[in-house]
Amino acid sequence: MQLTRDEESALKGEQGEIMQMAYRILVATGEATDADKLISIEWAHLSGVNYNTIGDAGEEFLSSISKDARVKVKTTLNPMGFDIDNVSNYNLDKNFVLKQLSIKNSYEAIGVTPSFSCIPYEIFNIPKKNTQVAFAESNAAIHANSYDNLKTNKESAFSALASAITGKSPYSSLRKDDSPNLSIRMKINDPTELTYGMLGFFAGKMGDTSVNISGLEEMDKRQCKAMCGGMGTSGTCAKFLFDKDEPGIEKIDFDEKEVQNVYDELNTAEKGDIITLGSPQLGLDEISDLANKLKGRSFKKRCMVFTPRTVKEQARKIGYTNELERAGCEILSDCCTCLTPLINKDSVDVVTTNSIKGAFYLKNSNGVDINLKSLSRIIEEETG
Amino acid sequence: MMKILVHGKINGIVQKSNDPINFLGTVDKKTGIISDKNHDLFKKSIANTILVFPSGIGSSVGAYTIYSIKSNDSAPLAMVCKKADLTVATGCALANIPVLIISENEFDSLKNGMKVKINTESNIPLSIYE
Repeated sequence: MQLTRDEESALKGEQGEIMQMAYRILVATGEATDADKLISIEWAHLSGVNYNTIGDAGEEFLSSISKDARVKVKTTLNPMGFDIDNVSNYNLDKNFVLKQLSIKNSYEAIGVTPSFSCIPYEIFNIPKKNTQVAFAESNAAIHANSYDNLKTNKESAFSALASAITGKSPYSSLRKDDSPNLSIRMKINDPTELTYGMLGFFAGKMGDTSVNISGLEEMDKRQCKAMCGGMGTSGTCAKFLFDKDEPGIEKIDFDEKEVQNVYDELNTAEKGDIITLGSPQLGLDEISDLANKLKGRSFKKRCMVFTPRTVKEQARKIGYTNELERAGCEILSDCCTCLTPLINKDSVDVVTTNSIKGAFYLKNSNGVDINLKSLSRIIEEETG
Repeated sequence: MMKILVHGKINGIVQKSNDPINFLGTVDKKTGIISDKNHDLFKKSIANTILVFPSGIGSSVGAYTIYSIKSNDSAPLAMVCKKADLTVATGCALANIPVLIISENEFDSLKNGMKVKINTESNIPLSIYE
């Protein structure tokens, strides 16, 4: 890798230990991914926030760097484990809360905007076309590359943190022009967001770094997000293209058989004890739509709704949160379904969700059974 | 083929494994002992060795495990792999442990117990000296 004189000096330790470590991470990542140089980025989005994902080692590391490390570019971050406003309702152990708050404090000390959201592309303004960013959250990286005209690699928690501290990132894979070697032909009529989540999940398994999808109808935000969430869960792929099928590249159909395969892999039960909506977190449009759908209806069982704090505040002003709470929803900010400590298999056997990403992590990390249903079916069957 | 992911200079004794290592689940953070009974280093410690193995596997959060074993003085002196992966790359970058990527042939030539010298600034970054 070619480094500038300034980058070399940082790597040697002439700009302090934190800079040296950050550049060590960028160089190691760059060498591992065949980058030939570092480039400037304008926005970093960090993962590795939930105590459930980073554990004691992560908490200790962040605490140790928080005294000296400072971010150099706009930096936002992923959800943590709970919403401090209502955590007392969830019987969470004290150690978890303390460790999570320590992680929160460390990130705030180094200058990270406390967004605690996995949908930065929906709650912040999108920079101009082709801006280089470093998004560690997989659904956000895919959304940025596929829908927002931004450029990011599928970053790790560490490369994104190093990018936040240095304002640099390795110039590798998806930052360059990319032509996928695979096209998936969408063959399902009247798809719901659940179908799009499955399509993303399937595409992530089949694709390498990017994949083309043909035959798509116009999609709403919920469907786009579901597709990004699904893809980020199943592989290393981090970009959709939506071109016509180019001759000469391999083509695979996404048909009823593939839908059934994904469904059989993730759906393990026919009836849930509790419902979760979110993963990715719901934006204002989805909250508004949900409030509309729930007019005159109430959930017959618990329903957890995950949304960023800023969206929750907007929704409160408009009156949506009243409507959702009246219908029995528990609205949670700063956290999400993925790796949530708020659902555990001692008290919950089966979770109903419309999120493929949520289903994957609930099944594999929380160890609960999953009942997959689209939102329209959830409203139809679980409310009255 | 030789790639340098993390620079450094160190001498040590080869601890070789033909199995990839999942740092998150199978390496004890205090002792550096491998707890996976299907692994060829089962019950052995990777502490203070030149750890030679195909590559890291599993969650990238395993990088924090590498940072932990270093903080507990139970980390390898250096890691030498056949394939670059981001868990080993970033974990060793965090912990400042030298990492080299070598060819299949070079990998085959390294045996348990060999004394090797790593110096990433020299023309021969990895040499056997006894």
